[in-house]
Amino acid sequence: MKPTDIAAPDYFHKVVDCQWACPAHTPVPEYIRLIAGKRFADAYMVNWNSNVFPGVLGRTCDRPCEPACRRGRVEAEPVAICRLKRVAADNKGDVTARMPAPAARNGKRVAVIGAGPASLTVARDLLASGYHVTIFEQDPFAGGMIRTQIPKFRLPESVIDEEVGFILALEPELRLGKRVDSLKAVLDEGFDAVFVGCGAPRGRDLDVPGRAEAAANIHVGIDWLSSVSFGHTTSIGKRVIVLGGGNTAMDCCRSSRRLGGEEVTVVVRSGFEEMKASPWEKEDAMHEGIPIRNFLVPKEVLHDRGRLTGMRFTKVKPEFDAKGRRNLVPTGEADVEIPCDDVLVAIGQENSFPWIERDIGVEFDRYGMPVVDPKTMRSTNPKVYFGGDAAFGPKNIIWAVAHGHDAAVSIDRVLHGLDPAERPAPGTSLVSQKMGIHEWSYDNDIAADLRHKVPQRDPSETLKDIRVEVELGYDDMLAYKEAERCLNCDVQTVFTGKLCIECDACVDICPMDCITFTDDAPEDELRAKLTAPATNATQDIYVADGLKTGRIMAKDEDVCLHCGLCAERCPTGAWDMRKFLLEMTHAGHACRKG
Amino acid sequence: MTYLPKPKFRHPSLPANALGFTRRDYEGAVSTLCAGCGHDSISAAIIQACFELSLPPHRIAKLSGIGCSSKTPTYFLGASHGFNSVHGRMPSVLTGANLANRDLVYLGVSGDGDSASIGLGQFAHAIRRGVNMLYIVENNGVYGLTKGQFSATSDRGSKSKKGVVNSDEPIDLIGMALQLGATYVARSFSGDKAQLVPLIKAGLLHGGAAFIDCISPCVAFNNHEGSTRSFDYVRAHNEAVNRLDVIPARGEITTQYAPGESVDVRQHDGSVIRLKKVAADYDTSDRVAALTYLQRRQEAGEIVTGLLYLDEEPVDLHAALKTVEKPLNALSDAELCPGAGEIAKINASLR
Repeated sequence: MKPTDIAAPDYFHKVVDCQWACPAHTPVPEYIRLIAGKRFADAYMVNWNSNVFPGVLGRTCDRPCEPACRRGRVEAEPVAICRLKRVAADNKGDVTARMPAPAARNGKRVAVIGAGPASLTVARDLLASGYHVTIFEQDPFAGGMIRTQIPKFRLPESVIDEEVGFILALEPELRLGKRVDSLKAVLDEGFDAVFVGCGAPRGRDLDVPGRAEAAANIHVGIDWLSSVSFGHTTSIGKRVIVLGGGNTAMDCCRSSRRLGGEEVTVVVRSGFEEMKASPWEKEDAMHEGIPIRNFLVPKEVLHDRGRLTGMRFTKVKPEFDAKGRRNLVPTGEADVEIPCDDVLVAIGQENSFPWIERDIGVEFDRYGMPVVDPKTMRSTNPKVYFGGDAAFGPKNIIWAVAHGHDAAVSIDRVLHGLDPAERPAPGTSLVSQKMGIHEWSYDNDIAADLRHKVPQRDPSETLKDIRVEVELGYDDMLAYKEAERCLNCDVQTVFTGKLCIECDACVDICPMDCITFTDDAPEDELRAKLTAPATNATQDIYVADGLKTGRIMAKDEDVCLHCGLCAERCPTGAWDMRKFLLEMTHAGHACRKG
Repeated sequence: MTYLPKPKFRHPSLPANALGFTRRDYEGAVSTLCAGCGHDSISAAIIQACFELSLPPHRIAKLSGIGCSSKTPTYFLGASHGFNSVHGRMPSVLTGANLANRDLVYLGVSGDGDSASIGLGQFAHAIRRGVNMLYIVENNGVYGLTKGQFSATSDRGSKSKKGVVNSDEPIDLIGMALQLGATYVARSFSGDKAQLVPLIKAGLLHGGAAFIDCISPCVAFNNHEGSTRSFDYVRAHNEAVNRLDVIPARGEITTQYAPGESVDVRQHDGSVIRLKKVAADYDTSDRVAALTYLQRRQEAGEIVTGLLYLDEEPVDLHAALKTVEKPLNALSDAELCPGAGEIAKINASLR
């Protein structure tokens, strides 16, 4: 096998599973260590630089980092990364002095359409580098879906105000409260670039008999949530059916419980496991006494001369065809009727671009989606960029932020006459953490704690008022304990073959049997003959040569605890623990180098 | 060394043995020896061997004397019986323990100072009595705990870390063990676990006095140029006479060698040692030939390793003394105190 090139930024980046999985590549272990050291403001700034909305994301992120977390392969559950982020945001104190000041203008003008997470990220990155940014937003406030669709019991308004405020303090030009009807008109204003971050604003509707007749009590989920959010809707019937199995459905059912819904039922076509909602959101809904009923397909809306009385569903079961595709087929059992006073339809969101003219160079595919380069976020019109849900359909906030960073880099490069397809390399460093014979500048004593639960307010309190936040967040002690569960995967085991005397000390001490000295072989052979067979093909084998006996050192990265015992036991310093810090290069001077 | 205990987490696919234990269950406290010490590798090999043999940890007794090597029983088999004796006196404590309870597996761990200097007489007598044990000498050819003086096994002409040349003839523990009647004699190297682990397994199963001289480089004081116990020197001069696989009684024989390449030796307990010959003319059943071979190779500057001598039908101390089958702690009061009448009979027979 070829010796590993540890100088390539991707190699050690992949070892930091959480950072690799994060669309914005937030240096997770770095900020978790800062939290453990009670340096909350520092931890917040590491986050803010990378993901722009730490307080918001610390409550609402879809957490792609957590399923990736190495801890989950070593014991039962990953580190509660998302909720630790919230700890940093809650305890940071006043960080306004650390925020960038409005930059001197460079004369270039950029429009962003929509004031959601993608657009605000573009605005932040470009404002800080001197661009004049104009934000167009239909609502009278900036924030987009963060403000309109996420219920306040999950995300208090004050958190949104603060983090959106950090960006507005950079002095963008605001055009709020007026919907953009024509992209051409915006382009005609002479902007140097236009970023479209308008989200996926149309909720999919229900198409069954009775829908039209009972329309008064059937609501489209995201529109209803937004109306609740702005205080236009303050009550709902006692019996509510929520259709759909995604996170919007979970927000709808939990909001209903708070606005007078006593018997709220979620009805889903698919099985429980296949539901799109995050496991913890399903858990929270059920915790509030909301049953989830699966394998029921809406058949008919029942009404008494236009007054909604209930819904009828066909019972189905999954069947798999030869190609492994799942079909839902009727079981033949009697239909299920559920009486109700209101129905909330949360069965998906769609993009909708009636305001973009089809003759201005922005091409659309046959599904009505813009043709966008996933690397540069640029459309077929060189001045127009897309990001967030507007680019590739509904995803989540952290993807919107990542898109925003990418688009801002493209815009910055293009407006400086550079090729946007050439992406700036991330900034990396690799620094030894050795402080003494057995002293390291990180805590390498592996904590055995299981994942700590985030304390919640009692439902008797939270169900009374839709603005009372359910989660209390970790207190200092719990935060410290949870932070200590982090394995510090960014502190890398670095091996220097020519220093090794092959004494086997590292092999003997390694608690996870990661290290093997053996004769070289092709990768699949090597994986099979290691001290512990390396069966997780998604994790790399670190191979180093230069040993006196002609053997190689092969380390399976899969379940390494980064405890540093190999380095503590190494008599010659052939093993060293070095911190790998990778920071993405955002718009600005650094992204134009090289 | 490290201050931290080894984390309890283990590889998710770590196998369990017939008793349901993993290798980690045979570990002891974390070692406080110098980083890179050969002794730690031998500890790891002992752990591996006991795991592979599925020995119940509470049926093993580990005994040692004084020295770096004699500290090591703390670092393996944390759930076994242990005794840390006076310097050089491990063999007599082990002999006594063995006489009192023959049902345990006895593992004596010692060093070149403990066995070849202060305890030389003890070593010799335990071997010649045929005590049923595995006696391992972790031989680094240096007094590590007192900072690097030559030990009794240092080769004549080898250099200390300070550059002094040794003028004394070394004590050859292998030669002594062969002459004194050890029924299982082997030499190995801490840096070659593939060879060492099966040798320890076969030695633990052996029914008489088994002796392994294990060369173990001292990273702190005897791993330099001019040393004959350094990693580099031993690797360059290691001449293995054979490789072995140990198949416990009723175990499945899975290793195969071409005909003529290997020979099976059945031990008294039913276990089979499958020897793969490396030196074609080497015969493990010929004590005198072994002595000659070893001296010839030593003259040529080679370090001979492997299983050097094996008596398939060993006679141990209990057989020679015709002792009672049961351990003393399992005998009833009636058996232990046969009464005044029996004592009178014994006394009469001695008059």
